[in-house]
Amino acid sequence: MEDLLEILEELHDDVDYETCTTLIDDKILDSFDIVTIVAEVNNVFDVQIPAEELIPENFNSAKALYALIERLEDE
Amino acid sequence: MYFTSYQFILFLLILFIAYYLVKKKYQWILLLIGSYIFYAFAGIEYLFYFATTTISTYLISQRIKKVKIKQKEYLKINKADLSRQEKKEYKKVMKAKQWHYLLICLLFNFGVLGIVKYTDFMIGNINGILSLFHGEPLSFMNFALPMGISFYTFQSMGYIIDVYRGTCEVEDNIFKLSLFISFFPQVIQGPISRFKDLSQTLYQEHDFDLKAISFGLQRVLWGFFKKLVIADRILVAVNTLIGDPATYDGIFVLVGMIYYAIELYADFTGGIDITIGVAQMFGVHLTENFERPYFSKNIAEYWRRWHITMGTWFKDYIFYPLSVNPRMLKFSNWSRRTFPSGIGKRIPVYVSSFIVWFATGIWHGASWNFIVWGLLNAVVICLSEEMKPFYEWFHQHFHVDGKTSYKIFQIARTFLLMSSLRILDCYRDVPLSFAMFGSMFTKFNFSEIFNGALMNLGLSMIDYIIIIIGVFVMFMVSFMQRKGSIRERIDKKPVIVKFFVYYVLIFAIVLFGAYSIGYDASQFIYNQF
Repeated sequence: MEDLLEILEELHDDVDYETCTTLIDDKILDSFDIVTIVAEVNNVFDVQIPAEELIPENFNSAKALYALIERLEDE
Repeated sequence: MYFTSYQFILFLLILFIAYYLVKKKYQWILLLIGSYIFYAFAGIEYLFYFATTTISTYLISQRIKKVKIKQKEYLKINKADLSRQEKKEYKKVMKAKQWHYLLICLLFNFGVLGIVKYTDFMIGNINGILSLFHGEPLSFMNFALPMGISFYTFQSMGYIIDVYRGTCEVEDNIFKLSLFISFFPQVIQGPISRFKDLSQTLYQEHDFDLKAISFGLQRVLWGFFKKLVIADRILVAVNTLIGDPATYDGIFVLVGMIYYAIELYADFTGGIDITIGVAQMFGVHLTENFERPYFSKNIAEYWRRWHITMGTWFKDYIFYPLSVNPRMLKFSNWSRRTFPSGIGKRIPVYVSSFIVWFATGIWHGASWNFIVWGLLNAVVICLSEEMKPFYEWFHQHFHVDGKTSYKIFQIARTFLLMSSLRILDCYRDVPLSFAMFGSMFTKFNFSEIFNGALMNLGLSMIDYIIIIIGVFVMFMVSFMQRKGSIRERIDKKPVIVKFFVYYVLIFAIVLFGAYSIGYDASQFIYNQF
């Protein structure tokens, strides 16, 4: 989780990712941020997030994103 | 059959009465028949294209569904016998099968769109090259462009991609799928709906809900007001300014930019208001396509608020798949290694952006002006991204962020920037567009607009007064919408106030709509895309 928080904080260091659950709904992350996150996740976790998983539910919070990474690692 | 024609009003009235008279379970069938009649008015021959898209989408969606079912059953039966790796391999093979079906559908439908929309553009370019070598020019094909082909192709291809991704249910009834693709209010200019959103209300049985119907009717009237009172009136001046670039250069280009911004907004949002309002009268909920775009503070925000359904289509079906493609991720890794500073991470995103904006440009029209327009949008968006550190420094240093005056500056800047890019849409010629843009800074004829020149653009003083009042009303409505639905607020008022609003709108449309000679009660701008 710490690696993921590091990736996110590099994009927007003024967001409390531990508590925020509206990263997409409140337009904190835009499409540029999302594809940057996907590339970083691929780099750090060696997990490829497919396009169909790029939905608000998976990116609204760090927790949801981490759950997605874990799910994809298991598959 | 234009939305602004008497034919359409009569068609709507008949369909509306029939819709609430038939048994509710037949309502969607009536909508399908109505949609095909509406489309047939544009040309019976176009129904062929329509049917082809529907049938191919249906057949492929069924094939993909079969593969998915087969995969599910196989994994269920062999759950205990297969290792994790074997399951993974099997899923991969089945996914590849689905991908092949999807590819056939995409190639076929985008192929049809490409042939009818872009063949002559390609021939024109080939002829340009041939002329350099004194070659014989090729003849143009002059395919008739079926009405709304870009919209319904995108909508149906969005559906088939969602089926492939497993993010929406597969529709087994071809006639229901046909209604999704052909639903008449949206078929000519969007919004581009998603199946999982639209299907929720499209096939439902609908009661005669007076509130929903009156809300829909109010929205339709508001759309007519924008289109007939503002857009079609100011269109005359826009045509004069664009039609004579030799006379109307310098400051008149700026005037034309602002007039066109008003026309396009009133025309397109007015058309969408009619679309969403008509759908609402039938109990169908369509996705909003605009969110007060002229209040945007930067170009990226503007594109999140203007033609939203097109933007999300390009984002979900082109930008994301392109950006997270394994090849792009490989390129991304290379880019990071080669350019270690932050730019290395951003280069792949910019590459995807340029590809998407190229596609967005050419979607708007088969000509270079739209391609250049699209690419310039990408340039501005990427430059804004690169300038973020500067903006942050500026905001911190001058303490302007959040201040009303600075917000107004940002809104005005975005408005002028977007209006400047639209010059390419106005003149439809790349060198001329750049020359006209340049003339704003080289020809100092500012005083001419005070010499009565504005009165020679085909608009009288009365026209200007109507336009100014219309734009003011439009602005106030947008401003008030920030605090929620205006129709909900009107609905809570006494009956007399509600009827007053109705009457004022109807009278404004009847009395001030642009119908007289010289005005073209024209089709909507976005119909041509």
